Amino acid sequence: MVTNVTSFGRSGLYDWVVQRISAVILLIYILFLAYIFISRPDMQYQEWRALFANNAIRIFSLVALLSLCAHAWIGMWTIATDYLTPKMLGASANKVRFGFELLCLLILFVYFVWGVQILWSI
Amino acid sequence: MKDNRPVNLDISTISLPLAAYTSITHRVSGVIVFVGIAILLWIFNTSLGSEEGFNQIKEAMTSPIAKFVVWGILSALAYHMVAGIKHLLMDSGIGETKEAAPVGAKITIFLSLVLIIALGVWIW
Ligand code: HEM
Repeated sequence: MVTNVTSFGRSGLYDWVVQRISAVILLIYILFLAYIFISRPDMQYQEWRALFANNAIRIFSLVALLSLCAHAWIGMWTIATDYLTPKMLGASANKVRFGFELLCLLILFVYFVWGVQILWSI
Repeated sequence: MKDNRPVNLDISTISLPLAAYTSITHRVSGVIVFVGIAILLWIFNTSLGSEEGFNQIKEAMTSPIAKFVVWGILSALAYHMVAGIKHLLMDSGIGETKEAAPVGAKITIFLSLVLIIALGVWIW
């Protein structure tokens, strides 16, 4: 099997499956949030806070956050390997791509820590 | 592989099918959402952090610029979601024929436009 140190999982197929599963989880979470906003117009702070203080919703949010990180990492990695190539950028392409991927990872790491911190400080 | 084999078809001179445009837009919208999550998390953080924060966000969301930015991010998300569902359907073998492709692309555009307009109505 071909392995690639810069992909998310051990193989492209694994990435492909993770991206699909995470897409479905994100879809369900977005529909859930949409339902909340539609069914509760004029929501006040207490109600908004109580929603996320609920443990089931908190864990659901955590799962969505994890899915987002996996999904976006695979997506941004795919984009990087499509466009930041030697054919497009010449000799420095590998460095540029690596830098871009590091930046994406850093951003996702911040999103993750920040998200957890928001959810658990309620 | 020969090094001097002809490469690069100039994509700007090729007339692409509609599905090609909905596909690249899916990619672009994914990147917009990736960046936009920062703003959404910030709104989430502020609005959940305290009652003042919550009211601050309500107050801020009356400004046209804030409305436009949030609408932009949510529109990108709506498009990415609709095109993503189409992508998942096609992954499972639905609508993969040459005849179905432009139909799928049109449905994607139509449904996402409906959602984007609905989001605009909701935000304004
Ligand atoms: C919520 C935040 C989301 C972010 C930041 C995000 C971001 C991305 C990015 C950057 C890509 C790569 C695009 C490409 O390779 O062309 C991607 C691909 C994809 N996204 Fe999302 N996405 C999100 C949510 C969703 C949702 C809700 C769905 C729902 C169905 C979805 C479905 C997909 C699919 C199926 C792909 C694979 C496309 C391919 O293999 O070419 N995404 N996403």
